[in-house]
Amino acid sequence: MSFTLQPGETLGIAGESGSGKSSVARALVQLTRPTGGTVSLGGAPVTNLKGQRLKRFRRRMQMVYQDPYDSLDPRMSVSDAIGEALSVRGLPKTEHAAQVAQLLERVKLPATIAQRHPNQLSGGQRQRVSIARALAVNPEIIICDEAVAALDVSIRAQVLNLLKDIQHDTGVGYLFISHDLSTLRFMADHVAIMYVGRIVEYGTSEEVFSNPQHPYTRALIAAVPSVTRRGERRLKLSGEPPDPGNPPSGCPFHPRCPEAVETCRTERPELLTIGDAQKVACHVVQWGREKTPKTEVTA
Amino acid sequence: MINLPENELTVAFSASETTVLSQPNFWRRAGRSLLHDPVALCSFAFILLLTVVAVFAPLIAPYDPLRQFSNGLSFVGAPVAPNGHFLLGTDASGRDVLSRLIFGARVSLLVGVVATGLASLIGVVIGTVAGYVGGVTESILMRFTDMVLSFPILLFCVALIAVTGPSTRNVVLVIAFAYWTYLARVVRGQVLSIKEREFVNAARTLGVGHIKIIRKHIIPHLIPTIIVYGTLGVATSILIEASLSFLGIGVPLPQASWGEMISEGQQYFQSAPWLLVAPGVALILTVLAFNLAGDWLTDLLDPAVQEMGS
Repeated sequence: MSFTLQPGETLGIAGESGSGKSSVARALVQLTRPTGGTVSLGGAPVTNLKGQRLKRFRRRMQMVYQDPYDSLDPRMSVSDAIGEALSVRGLPKTEHAAQVAQLLERVKLPATIAQRHPNQLSGGQRQRVSIARALAVNPEIIICDEAVAALDVSIRAQVLNLLKDIQHDTGVGYLFISHDLSTLRFMADHVAIMYVGRIVEYGTSEEVFSNPQHPYTRALIAAVPSVTRRGERRLKLSGEPPDPGNPPSGCPFHPRCPEAVETCRTERPELLTIGDAQKVACHVVQWGREKTPKTEVTA
Repeated sequence: MINLPENELTVAFSASETTVLSQPNFWRRAGRSLLHDPVALCSFAFILLLTVVAVFAPLIAPYDPLRQFSNGLSFVGAPVAPNGHFLLGTDASGRDVLSRLIFGARVSLLVGVVATGLASLIGVVIGTVAGYVGGVTESILMRFTDMVLSFPILLFCVALIAVTGPSTRNVVLVIAFAYWTYLARVVRGQVLSIKEREFVNAARTLGVGHIKIIRKHIIPHLIPTIIVYGTLGVATSILIEASLSFLGIGVPLPQASWGEMISEGQQYFQSAPWLLVAPGVALILTVLAFNLAGDWLTDLLDPAVQEMGS
């Protein structure tokens, strides 16, 4: 799979559980080594870095984790947690308090929270502290791996708006991983739909959500409950996503696809451009539009 | 054909996020739990009493533990039974049993605490390194641990003392060398699970160094385990020391130690039972107190490990 993230832009990645969303995130921040492929930041490859160069790279790409109850050390106060990030940046201890206060203000938390421990904070507050900790090293990209999935809807909206504000002010790029399509539609400029470790559809948020092409994308969008579409026939998916270690032959989606034909069983479809920027990996869709020549995938 | 709701989310209401989840202070919780657990309370009281007695032994003991009293033996040369002068009687050499018991507490506590401290240090270092580094390092360290663990602990100590020669220092070293394995195994298991938690990943992605991650994010989470195993370890160490002294290879004579007193007392069991009963009861109570205190600490710290603030 391949995708590009521009500065100040948000790329959304969607897919079912087990489709490899979190693996992508972990490979990007190099918590796990990817089995293949490259990650480039600002044009320079950053895969397989070691020692000091890895540490320097890590400051440029930060991550906000899914579980706000596990991503902060329960034995560290908020100011210690953010202070740790500031130390990594090389800021002397004497300037920590002022910076911590500034970062807490940045994520709209009261300064009094600095001395608290995570068990004294709500889920939303914890996630804001995580965001402040990520911001502390001035990253160029923040990966949000289901960062709002564990939050109440009202608080989720607050955190999403906060993330948008921060992007507006600092120009940070987000890689936003979520299974929740309405969250992605709200946040993302571009969207990639993943199925078993591969992108099956890619395009601007507008294109993908208003004109989904791949049967899998259509099924995902149809699965979002809606008040206005009551009674309409839905495209339903049956079965489970396959084991990523042993994907089906041909198009990995063919066993569940209502439109699958013989070719889908044998030939893996490539991700080809069909619209302005929209790309789809599906034989049926591509035949309907006559296959365009193979192009490199860039955003 | 397919429509999603408009791509905006409106904040329906601004929920107050500043609710503080009240968590009772740890020490207050510990105190309350102790008050409701008379067994644990007695255990801690006994340990405290023992510590005071051991520390201030020269002030508390009625006599010099090594002094052989001329009136400490009967006309036929037998030990004197407990009386107003010698509260717990005298031993076969005419020495005051109570004074020897009090000075013996010093040896027991010293050996118990120092040996356990040393064992904890070795165990935590080896367990943490094995768990955190993994791979070949882990295999080598843990196979070595298993090897030490597979010896019968007392036999192992006897063999080591036979080589190093009996002295208080050697007793401490030998016990530490036998006991660290238990902690190393438990610590390794804990480190394996802690290092997979998100806050450790978060520290790694920030670029925090390994040493600092271990010091700031891993060791603090091991403290409850170390305290519990330490308490139980003191009991075990005291028992091993007593066993070694009983066998005559522990703390060298004529220094008083409970094990040595029991060993000597058993020869006069029928004529002078107080020689056996006094150190025996002291030993049983001490080991029991440390074990019960350890159990209580396990219960107190176990469910709190995850959420305990400081």
